[in-house]
Parts: sequence; C-alpha cells; structure tokens
Amino acid sequence: MGTASLTIALAGNPNSGKTTIFNNITGARQHVGNYPGVTVERREGVCRYQGKNLLLVDLPGTYSLTAYSLDEIVARNFIVEEKPDIIVNVLDAANLERNLYLAVQLLELERPVALALNMTDTAEKVGIRINDKVLSQKLGVPVVRTVGNRNKGTKELLQAAVAASSVQYRSFRIDYGADVEAKIQILYQELETVPDNKYPKRWLAVKLLENDKVVNEKVAALVGGQRVLTLAEQCRSELAAGSGDDAETIIADRRYRYVADVFNAAVSKSMNVENFSDKIDKVLTNRVLGLPIFFSLMWLLFNLVFTVGAYPQGWIEDGISWLGDWIGAYMADGELKSLIVDGIIGGVGGVVVFLPNIVLLFLGIAILEDSGYMARAAFVMDRAMRFAGLHGKSFIPMLMGFGCGVPAIMGTRTLENPRDRMVTILVAPLMSCSARLPVYTLLIAAFFAEEVAGTVLFSVYLLGILLAVLMALIFRNTLFKGDSEPFVMELPPYHLPTLRSVLMHMWERSVIYLKKMGSIILAASILIWFLTNYPAEVEYSKNYEELRTQAEAAFTENVAKDVYAPLGAKILAENLEDLPELKAIAAEIAAINTEFDEKTADLAEGSAELAALEADKENRLKKLEADNEKLYPLAARYVELQGEFEGAQKKLDYEQAAEKLEKSYAGRIGHGIAILTQPLGFDWKIGIALMTGLAAKEVVVSTLGTIYSIGEADETSTALKEALAADPTLDPLVALTLMAFTLIYAPCLAAMAAVKRETNSWKWAAFTMVYSTGLAWVVSFVIYQGGRALGY
Amino acid sequence: MKTLDQLKPGETGVVSKVQGKGPVKRRIIDMGVVAGTPVRVLKLAPLGDPMEVKIKGFNLSLRKAEATLIEIE
Repeated sequence: MGTASLTIALAGNPNSGKTTIFNNITGARQHVGNYPGVTVERREGVCRYQGKNLLLVDLPGTYSLTAYSLDEIVARNFIVEEKPDIIVNVLDAANLERNLYLAVQLLELERPVALALNMTDTAEKVGIRINDKVLSQKLGVPVVRTVGNRNKGTKELLQAAVAASSVQYRSFRIDYGADVEAKIQILYQELETVPDNKYPKRWLAVKLLENDKVVNEKVAALVGGQRVLTLAEQCRSELAAGSGDDAETIIADRRYRYVADVFNAAVSKSMNVENFSDKIDKVLTNRVLGLPIFFSLMWLLFNLVFTVGAYPQGWIEDGISWLGDWIGAYMADGELKSLIVDGIIGGVGGVVVFLPNIVLLFLGIAILEDSGYMARAAFVMDRAMRFAGLHGKSFIPMLMGFGCGVPAIMGTRTLENPRDRMVTILVAPLMSCSARLPVYTLLIAAFFAEEVAGTVLFSVYLLGILLAVLMALIFRNTLFKGDSEPFVMELPPYHLPTLRSVLMHMWERSVIYLKKMGSIILAASILIWFLTNYPAEVEYSKNYEELRTQAEAAFTENVAKDVYAPLGAKILAENLEDLPELKAIAAEIAAINTEFDEKTADLAEGSAELAALEADKENRLKKLEADNEKLYPLAARYVELQGEFEGAQKKLDYEQAAEKLEKSYAGRIGHGIAILTQPLGFDWKIGIALMTGLAAKEVVVSTLGTIYSIGEADETSTALKEALAADPTLDPLVALTLMAFTLIYAPCLAAMAAVKRETNSWKWAAFTMVYSTGLAWVVSFVIYQGGRALGY
Repeated sequence: MKTLDQLKPGETGVVSKVQGKGPVKRRIIDMGVVAGTPVRVLKLAPLGDPMEVKIKGFNLSLRKAEATLIEIE
C-alpha cells in the first residue's frame, strides 16, 4: 500500500462507533493483520477520495494513551513512529467528557487531528446539545458531526480530514497549572540538549513526569537520556511532596480538569432523565433475573452455533464425500487417488466443516457485542469466573469449548486483556468438545454397564472442567502472574446492532479462518494422511493375495460340489449365469436377507419389533421355498457359501489394512512410543489411534476400527465394541484412562492452528500441545496406576 | 473515611481521592473517576460483585476491591 498519498489513523474510545465509521469509509476494501510481534490486530483499509489514495488504519479502541495497556502502546507508537498525515478521533457525543480525555492526549502528540462527533442523534435524544463551533475553537481542530450507523457525515468527515492534513499543525497545549508547568519547562529544556530525539519534546516531558515506563526506556536509550531521567525523578518527587499525590495522578487529574472546562463550554444538558438503556439494564442485569437471562442467552448461543450449525455441516460433509466419490470414480486406484481423495479432499473437508460453527458463533458474538450485552455478560459472570482467575468474558469461549475448540479459541478475541486471553486459550480445549464424544460413547458401550454409562460420561466432562479451573489457576500464578487486571469497564448503552456491522464481523472472521488457519489445517491433514498411508509397500506377515486366491478356489469348489453337482450330469454348469432360475431365487434370498439386516441394524436384541421382522423374514423364505421346492435348498446353499466367501475376503482385506497401518510411519511411531503409553495401560494399537486422533479426535474411533480389523467403523459399530471388549489388554480401567487421555491430550490440529493464529505465535501452539499431552499423561497415569493399586 | 464500595445502590457521593498505585489506579482515573466528580451507585451484579455506577454520564462497572480505592466525601 505504498502508493497511498495520505495515511489516516482512526482513533477513539471503545464503543465510540469507530469501527462503523471505518467500515463506512472503506467498505470491503480492508484487511486485518497484526502489529509486528504482538497479538493486537491491525485493521487497514483503502479508499479513493478526490483523486487521492487514502490508507486508513483503525487503531485499537482505547480510553487513554498510557504504557499500561498493549493496545494503548500500539496506538500511540503508531502515531509517534509512523506519523500518519492525520488522526481522525471518533467521539461518542453522548459520552463526550470521557471521550475528550483521549482527544486531548492525541492532540498532545502534535499530529493534525480532526474530530468526528459521532452518534449525535442518540446524544440529542437524551438531551445533550453540543456546540461544535465552540468545541472546534477551544481545541483548534475541525469537528464534523456523524451518525455512523446511518452512514451520515462520512463524506464531510473525509473532506475535513483531507483538508486538515494540509494545514500547518497548530500547537496545542493543556495548561497543567503552575507547579506542573514549571517541571515540564525544566524537562523540556533538558530534552533540547538531547540529540536524535524524534518524539515531541513537550509530550516527552509530560510522559516523564507521569513516569511512563515505555517513554523512560526510550529516553534512557538516547545520548544524555540518563541525565534527563534523573532530573525527571527529582521533578516527580518534588511534585508529589508539594501536593500529597503522585505526579502521574496530578497530571491525569489536571487533564480531566482541562477536559471539563472544554466540555462545560461546549455542552449543555437540558434534562437528566433515566435513559432507555438504563431501563433495559435494570431487567437484564437484575439481581434475580440477571443470571437466568444470561444462561438462557448462552443456551441460545450454544444451540445456534452447534445445533443449527450441524445442518450446514451435514451438507458440507455430504458434499465433500460426494466430491471424493465423484473424483474417485474417474481415477485409477493408486497413490495419487489416495492423496487426492483421502489426503486433499479429506483435508479441505476438515477445514470447511468448521465454517458453519465459526460463521454462526461470530454472528452471535457480533450481536452480543454490538448490542452492548457482552459487557453485561462479563459483569454478571465476573464473580464466578474470578474464582478460576478468569475474566467474566472468558465464559463464552469456555462454553463454546463444549462444542468445538476452534470457535472457542477464536472467540477469546472478545477478551481485551492479553493475559486473560492467553489463559482462556490454553484451558478452553479442556472443555470436552463434541468430536471426543464418539470415543467416549464407544468405550462406555464396550466396557461399562448401561446403568453407569451416564455417570461415567458425566465424570469425564466434569474432569475436563475441574482441570480447566485448576490449570487456569496454575497459569495465572506462574506464566501469567502479576497484578490482576482491573475490572474497571464501561457498560456501553444498549442499541440495536446494524445488519451491516454484524455481517462484516462474520465475514471477516470467516475469511481469517479460511485463509490463515485453513492452510495449516490442510497441510497437517495431508501430513497425517502421509504418516498413516506410507510407506506404500510393506512386508506383510502373510501372503494376502495367495490367501484370497485360496478362498476363491475353495468357494468355486464348494459351489460345484454342493450346488451344481446335485442338479445332475445333464447340466454342465460352470457358473450361475447358466442357471437363470437358480440365480433368480438366490438373488431373492439375498435381497430378503439384506433388507432384514438393514431394517434391524438399529434394533435392540429381544425387542418385539425385531421378533416381528424375523418372523416376516422366515415367512417370506418359506413361501419362496414352497414355490420352488427343488431349487430352493440349492439356492440357499449358494447364498450361504457366497456369504462365507465374501466374509473371508473382507476379513483378509481388514487384516491387511490393519497390518498396513501397523507398519506405516504412524504405526511405527505408535510402537515406538509404547514405552510411554505402557504405564497408562495402552498398547501400541491405542498409541496409533491416539496419534491419528491429532487430526481430529473422532478419528480415534475409525482408526480403532481399522486396527482391530473391523474395517470402517463408527461409535455405534457392534463389531468394534465386541473386538474391544475381547481384547485382553483392555478392561474398564484402561477404557476410563483412555477416555481421560483423549479428553486432555493435545487438541486436534485445527484447534492448534487456531491457537497459532490467535496468539500469533507457533511457540504457544507448541506449548499447548506439549502441556496438554503432559497433563494427559500425568492424569492418566494417576487414574490407571491408582485404579490398579486399588484392585480394579 | 467512606469509600465507594460502602455506598448502597441508589446512593450518590463525590469522589475525593483515588488510592492505590500503578495500572489499577491509573485505569480508574482514566475512566473519569477524579476528585470532584459525582458518582451514583446503580446496582450490584447478581453475585454481589462487581458494582455498576454512573459517572460523567456513562455506566461503569468495577469490582468492590477496586471501589475500596475510591474515597467518597
């Protein structure tokens, strides 16, 4: 974007409507990145105005410009270091006094400023009248009235901004009072002797008096800076001694006094009514109703994201599998087909399948944020979440964690404080996501009686919640130690969210997800595909081809002996095609059997419905037998032999697939880590399943299907349940340990890609993987060894 | 000496001084809680903490622990 002829920085308080104005100006021509090295988002957009290319940078919303908050440091560094041609400061007209406090600090940075007096309609409704001429005159900058959510005043604002950028900067100074001004003068003069200083000197002097740690560091790096710092120290203590409060407070106080003077001159309040927003608030954060309303809204949000989201997810899954089949049908079996169908299409599917959740979550979050309820949610939940060292707003990501870790981690974006965000990101995956449920269901069905199934499942979820609380407390007191962040938070007025802003928000998150995370997830899926499918040629313990040929020969021989021979020498049948009558009967028997199997697949043993269907099947077969007395027994025998043959073939296929997986790279790793998994009661088979579970936790089930030679299996597969139950290395204790391990260990690759994206660092993604797997091992070890010691 | 956390919902006071130091104190001041400013307690959260106050025409929430830093006259 080097062609921009003007750079405009957009600054303002949170909730001032800054982003709406940014969207009004730039439309869709914007993009979101990060400021170098930090997680603060940098939103940029371009627009053409009067033949000029304008580059707009939306600075983080802040209340002040101190060195205590990363957002504030980023905003002021941008202004001081990148020197935008003009700063447009968006002010909430209904809340002007506090908004002006930031405005004067921006003016102190000695860059041209234009003020956008936003939401003037709301202000007038509550009886606040602002004389913008007086405001403009007092501060020496242009003031433009805007109504962002109705796109009013946008043109006028651009015009004023472009005009102001070419006007010579008019000096602005706050009179801090004789005592402070004397000190500013001393420091100013000292700073004049310092070479290579690119910062405004009066601003530096004020910041030094405020004991701003970032400015202190910057000054210390200058030649002669140490001298200035010593002097500043002396000035600060003299000021403190003279007034009984620290210099920083005195300065902030005087600044607010200056703001109050400007405010009182420019604003008249005609009435002091309880506004509409306060009336809504009385209900929504009511002592009695507040929590029920909060939980109802959370329930709605959860269902919106996961229950409603399940429909488009189903369509996407169907679409992806259709695409795989369609392409697969046009390709010869082989490595390329496997790469494209299982690796790439499967991988893309794994990316796109989360999209409905993300779109819907951010729809919900945008509505909650824009309406003003999000801050109330934090207000209502803060007391409870603080117990775990988390913030009130952490609740939403944690709740989303029960659905899927990816939207949960992306949802931490609503937390402004980086420490709260990091802790929430690290513990949100401990909320048991829906992809882990099939693993629990399978293991519980295989190893636990129906009466305790619910309790076991509940315990696993509870374990996740307890560990999340425990880990949050640990992280809070180790990695993210320090003063607890102040919960001094604005509760913005309620208003109706605009469709445009909600849609923009949704769109932006979805694009970020697909672009930034999609590529990581896709690459990781292909890696997992490679590990489980290669090496392509393995040395099998048996000659499967020969076994297949043998099975086929046996089948042909038996058919000749049991079916064709009894028909007598007069028919020299070589195959069924020569015997159309017999073939028709055999086909009918097979059809009846298939229909019965399909209908009864989901029926419980001993149910009335099953008995009825069984009787029906018998009757149909008897009728067929009565109609074809002679040929029926032969046809039945043929169907039986064919079933046996197909079963034998399938068994060989499954055995071969299992052996291939065992000898794949993933399998070798599974064997290799057996030394680590043995103390948990897991053999190499579980090791492989857990490793493939990194792609997505539900994959653990299908891998178990392959490795136990069952073929394709899901959590309802009876054959897999039986195979697991029959494995002597598995018992209820191991199953429980495995459930705990599945719950805790490294989140799936998609979730780790989300961690990378949201923390802007591979280091934290790697840390998440290592810490959670370590924790999983320790917890599983305690469960397994403890259980064994107790005699289970 | 009275502090903000001792005010009941509906009661009004005027800020006389903000105690404490560092980021917490600065944040409180930056939000407009400075000497001479009237403040009215609107309500407490359902679990009894934090509290919501009206100051300089807007609604501010803060924990009781933070409210104890704010002296009221």
